[in-house]
Amino acid sequence: MSDPRSTPLRERHEALGASFTDFGGWLMPVRYTSDLAEHHAVRQAAGLFDISHMAEFIVEGTDAGAYLDYALAGRVSSLPLGKAKYSLVLAESGGIVDDVIVYRLDESWFLVIANAGNRDAVAAALAARAADFAGQVAVEDASDSFGLLAVQGPVARAVVAATEGIADLESPLDELPYYAAVRGTFAGEPLLVARTGYTGEDGYELLVPAEVAGQLWDALLAAGGGSGLVPAGLAARDTLRLEAGMPLYGHELSLEVLPAQAGLGRVVAADKDDFVGKGGLGAVFASDAPVLVGLVAEGRRAGRAGYRVLDADGADVGEITSGALSPTLGHPIAMAFVAPRASEPGTPLFLDVRGTRIPATVTALPFYRRKK
Amino acid sequence: MTDLNTLAYTAEHEWIAREGDTVTVGITDFAADKLGDVVYVDLPAAGTAITAGDVVGEIESTKSVGELYAPVSGEVVEINDAVVADPSLVNAAPFEGGWLLKVRVAGEVDGLLDRAAYVALTGEDA
Repeated sequence: MSDPRSTPLRERHEALGASFTDFGGWLMPVRYTSDLAEHHAVRQAAGLFDISHMAEFIVEGTDAGAYLDYALAGRVSSLPLGKAKYSLVLAESGGIVDDVIVYRLDESWFLVIANAGNRDAVAAALAARAADFAGQVAVEDASDSFGLLAVQGPVARAVVAATEGIADLESPLDELPYYAAVRGTFAGEPLLVARTGYTGEDGYELLVPAEVAGQLWDALLAAGGGSGLVPAGLAARDTLRLEAGMPLYGHELSLEVLPAQAGLGRVVAADKDDFVGKGGLGAVFASDAPVLVGLVAEGRRAGRAGYRVLDADGADVGEITSGALSPTLGHPIAMAFVAPRASEPGTPLFLDVRGTRIPATVTALPFYRRKK
Repeated sequence: MTDLNTLAYTAEHEWIAREGDTVTVGITDFAADKLGDVVYVDLPAAGTAITAGDVVGEIESTKSVGELYAPVSGEVVEINDAVVADPSLVNAAPFEGGWLLKVRVAGEVDGLLDRAAYVALTGEDA
């Protein structure tokens, strides 16, 4: 293993006293002060996340939409200009190589944002699929060119609107719908503002050239400090996304998981003529394949990734993929893959927490939904 | 403030303060920082006999689970009910209000580290 890489903001994180962790090959801030304080700030005001470790691919060409229809699980060619779409990169087997967000900025210009830890796998898959594709398309891994910051929380819009240096937005921020993006400038450099996120709150993700990422971080903190914006690390990001029922690659998603098992059947446009993974999805879907569920428990002892899930008779029915004591809800929550017979909401189960059986109940995801 | 030089330490990041045949046990600030926000502590009941080196409790943060090792052999005579009710005391005051157990020591106490040896172990600045 080579040393983990750093984002353009590492010195700022260090100056803020962050603890760091290796995540997907990157040295990332896990917390600045307190996981819980940062989590609550995002639910109640806003948090600022450095997500520059994520991978960005530019897909360009007159047939770029058709290419993405072939390369990804969803139907991308019909995505309207300025809109974003959650999608999957599937293996031939139908298993999940990565989950991504695709933004269409022009008829023939798309941005695909992938997970840091899957950058090489996605780069290889997109390149191979471009080579197999008959139309006119070019795929560029532009990850090293960009810094990506997320402002998430109920005051996120006010923070972004008040940020010095953001200008020339093609449409007003307050008209930007969820899962849409608009171009502008920051400090004279190209800026993309997307109303997307990974916390279950309203919020924005801002993409700029890496050279001005630090300046944007400073400007956002300056604009939001008075309204409760705090820097937030990966620990808070993980409990926030878990409460929001959002999958994390390597936990809920993997090459061994088919989209339907993870509740992502709707992401796959199975009626498309041809796309990578279609053959695998067409294979017999074993009726006893485990499916992803939410679990809630009482008390304070949380089930953790890897712990077993038992039925009322003590029989093993599955495994937890993510779990924590929910900071917002105050009780333990978990996502788990369980046998279909144990997956109905309301089913009473047990978590095997290091030898102690903790009663838990299957529940619909998400655990937390913000008030509109 | 507790004078950290008067405490003894274990390689499992516990601290021990000795008063006669009774010791107070907690986890260090280094351990609390590494765990993150502590949200649950599971401690042995008063009266429990414990053996040095055995796992006798758990300290859970939002992100992870840490095991509490008995730093000495003896009998648990008191647990910190305040920290059970409010585990964040472990982070806020690891050497004071965040103490975990009082243990009446049976036999010799050995194998503990002084402050300098513990700090060297963590690789942190004193």
